[in-house]
Amino acid sequence: MSNIVASTKLPALAGHCGLEVRSDLRVRLEPRARGGLEIQIASRVDVYYGDLIRRQAEEVLEALGVRHAMVEIRDEGALPFVIAARIEAAARRAGLGVGTRVLPDRLPLPDASARDRMRRSRLYVPGSEPKYFINAALHGSDGVILDLEDSVHPSEKDAARLLVRNALRSVDFLGCERMVRINQIPLGLDDLDEIVPESPDLILIPKVESPEQITEADRRIAEIKANYGITRSVWLMPILESALGIENAFAIANASTQIVALTIGLEDYTADLGVVKTSAGNESVYARQRVVNAARAAGAQAIDSVFGDVADLEGLRAWALNSRAVGFEGMGCVHPLQIPVIHEAFAPSAAEIERARKIVTAYDEAQENGVGVVSLGSKMIDPPVVQRALKLIARAKAMGLVS
Amino acid sequence: MPIVEKTEMIANAAGRIVPETVNGRPQTAYMGVGKYQPIDRKAAPFIRTAADYPANGDKRITNLETALRKCGLRDGMVISSHHHLRDGDRVALMVLEAASLIGAKDLMWFPSASFPSQKGAIPLMEAGVIDHIEGSMNGPLGDYCTQGKMRGMGVLRSHGGRWQAIQDGEVHIDIAVIAAPTADPFGNCDGSHGKSACGSLGFALADSIYADHVIVVTDNLVPFPCVPWQIQGNNVDYVVEVDSIGDPAKIVSGTTQITRSPDRLRIAEFIARFLRDAGIMRNGFSFQAGSGGIALAFVSYLKAMMKQAGVRARFVRGGSTKYLVELLEEGLTDYILDGQTFDLDGVRSIGSNPRHVATSPFTSYNYHGKGNFASMVDAVVLGATEVDTNFNANVVTHSDGRLLHGIGGWQNCLASGCTILAVPSFRDRIPVIVDEVTTLCGPGDLIDVVATERGIAINPKRQDLLDAVRGSTLSIRPIEDIKKEVERICGGRPRRPQHGDKPVAVVKWVDGTVLDTVWQIA
Repeated sequence: MSNIVASTKLPALAGHCGLEVRSDLRVRLEPRARGGLEIQIASRVDVYYGDLIRRQAEEVLEALGVRHAMVEIRDEGALPFVIAARIEAAARRAGLGVGTRVLPDRLPLPDASARDRMRRSRLYVPGSEPKYFINAALHGSDGVILDLEDSVHPSEKDAARLLVRNALRSVDFLGCERMVRINQIPLGLDDLDEIVPESPDLILIPKVESPEQITEADRRIAEIKANYGITRSVWLMPILESALGIENAFAIANASTQIVALTIGLEDYTADLGVVKTSAGNESVYARQRVVNAARAAGAQAIDSVFGDVADLEGLRAWALNSRAVGFEGMGCVHPLQIPVIHEAFAPSAAEIERARKIVTAYDEAQENGVGVVSLGSKMIDPPVVQRALKLIARAKAMGLVS
Repeated sequence: MPIVEKTEMIANAAGRIVPETVNGRPQTAYMGVGKYQPIDRKAAPFIRTAADYPANGDKRITNLETALRKCGLRDGMVISSHHHLRDGDRVALMVLEAASLIGAKDLMWFPSASFPSQKGAIPLMEAGVIDHIEGSMNGPLGDYCTQGKMRGMGVLRSHGGRWQAIQDGEVHIDIAVIAAPTADPFGNCDGSHGKSACGSLGFALADSIYADHVIVVTDNLVPFPCVPWQIQGNNVDYVVEVDSIGDPAKIVSGTTQITRSPDRLRIAEFIARFLRDAGIMRNGFSFQAGSGGIALAFVSYLKAMMKQAGVRARFVRGGSTKYLVELLEEGLTDYILDGQTFDLDGVRSIGSNPRHVATSPFTSYNYHGKGNFASMVDAVVLGATEVDTNFNANVVTHSDGRLLHGIGGWQNCLASGCTILAVPSFRDRIPVIVDEVTTLCGPGDLIDVVATERGIAINPKRQDLLDAVRGSTLSIRPIEDIKKEVERICGGRPRRPQHGDKPVAVVKWVDGTVLDTVWQIA
């Protein structure tokens, strides 16, 4: 599905150029009946990479089966995976190369991500802004989300999809979980066709209101994986963003075995309620707690929304501390500066770790001595307290807080 | 007469091809760090007598043109100006245009730095009023030079190198024109007060001491004495009052904003952590950082770490900004030793706080002196346009050969105990770590650390630093490693641009020898 009419073969544009633009390019492609390829390149980095850009353009066009066209490229220092995606987008918009995927070289695929890995922070990167892709993983978030949904204008969905696909192949996301937020189902199903073959670790599905939407996505993912012979998991994280979605939280969280986390989108949720979203968050107490409970009940992680005010790091800290206190295990980030604040807030304090250690030691000693009742000082320790302490120590270990 | 020359080129100790003669003067090719030992006496202006100056101290002249005539302006003279008013300066062009009206030709303009707003010098070069510029050129003037349009050759010097060149007699200033935010009729000048206040006036000090003639131009004349005096009226011939010496909005910025670029913040944080983990940040230490985005962010990260560790610096070197002033006012440093003042907080502080001290290129940077402050600074954070795998760095040209920045104090600062270049690993698609720099400005022997958003590279010659950060959580990587990673991201090694075969400017080393050549762009 796209807004291309294949038969007309009109000139098409893709990408962006201009003084303020970095790491992108604009491609204008005019199909011709004959005369071969004419490629004009104006690049900010012409003296360094002009030859390589031309060679790459020729290769991509050939792979797309474009033989006769006038192609104008205005490049602002785009990296090769971006150049390939923009040329492909322009060709497809001109009705050419349909059904062909021109894939840049793939880095070795990182290890598959574990179902229960830490997901304290996930950094949103707009899927149509390639300049943010390349260094997104440097800032140490647990996940990077290449976003195809709200940060991408409807007219750019087709092109962003190609950019994100290429980025999944060519960009080193270091240890970050490679996440993609697709569009709402059913539009999001087309995103899956481009994205899933590149083995993203996790797909965020926005505005989920019913378990059927998950089932639909799940089925499509399974088909694509089968077609491409992919065996590793592609985890799911549904985003609940409406009153109805919240009401169906448990059913949604239980709709697929691939669901590892459940999260909430507060902008849309508060809009649905018709209330103002505040930094105190009283208006969403129920919804957030419902998400925590439903996720827990379904054996998934509960992940909080984003905190939108990048300048207010103290507000973020307060929000994140509260998030952890009510049972969330992480939240979204809209700027890398938010990452360390969130990690700190979701980390157990030194006092908590110390107390958990004492409990675990007492528990171990009791086990060794064959004593059924665990006690610390004069207090009896119930089994759930021991479980919580063990969990906290494991989490602190994962965060590198204890060895 | 314009100097038309055909000069022999030779290879210097760094292997760079440099001219033997520049603007008619024989040159010494760079010999290596600390190798060149001149044996001579300093230059000096003529002896003057008080009998030739008004006993009442009133040296006022009605206008600049008259003052220039009284100084005996002739064809081929050297006219100097300072750049403390930065892009807001009106005086330098005012002087050159007055000289043009008088009919002078083939002048050498010798600014301590030039700015884009002074592009009015281009028509004066076209008209033959100015033969060439010796001083930093960027923007339109830089393009004019690298396109090979300037008749004489440009000479790029560091701030310390400019003092050295004047003092050693390499450059003899015929007429120095000093824009002064406050002055008295005797010629004493102060930069910290007045509507055009700019803080320090240090860059004009050598000019005032060594020039044959000195004209002070001010828009804030006060009765004698102008206190404090950064320029002594005893060196001044004439004082000219004008309505405005510059545009205050462009002289100092309001509040300089710290960058919000995550990559730049990351570099800044790395550097602060490096100073902490390497043990450089300790009681009584000193550092210098400029006014760029990364440098300001670095200061704020370091400040937090100093507070946390209870560490106090003995001195910090400016360019001063709000962020250094805060260190001083919060007791985190005993002194600011300030070379130039970038923002309103800096100007307020230097004008009122006795621990915020104006310095000059003589005290801070001059290599031909009995030492200077730069080598006493424990760590300095600098920028660069390119750096090679031997840590040689470029700060004046873009990698396509266009002039981009002046040298400023950059070369002089390399003498510090730990010189750190703060650079992104690539800009657009262009790698910053290269096989060979386009223009050599700083020998790798003096550059200790290259900090990028992808990790920190330490010069293998600094085993002590490598040892000091062992065990740090910082990502310390060989420079080749970062280079390879970036070349992979950029899709291969960039082609090296070809330059033309005409030398258009030279880069001097701090000792006056010729370090490299800037070529006409092809």
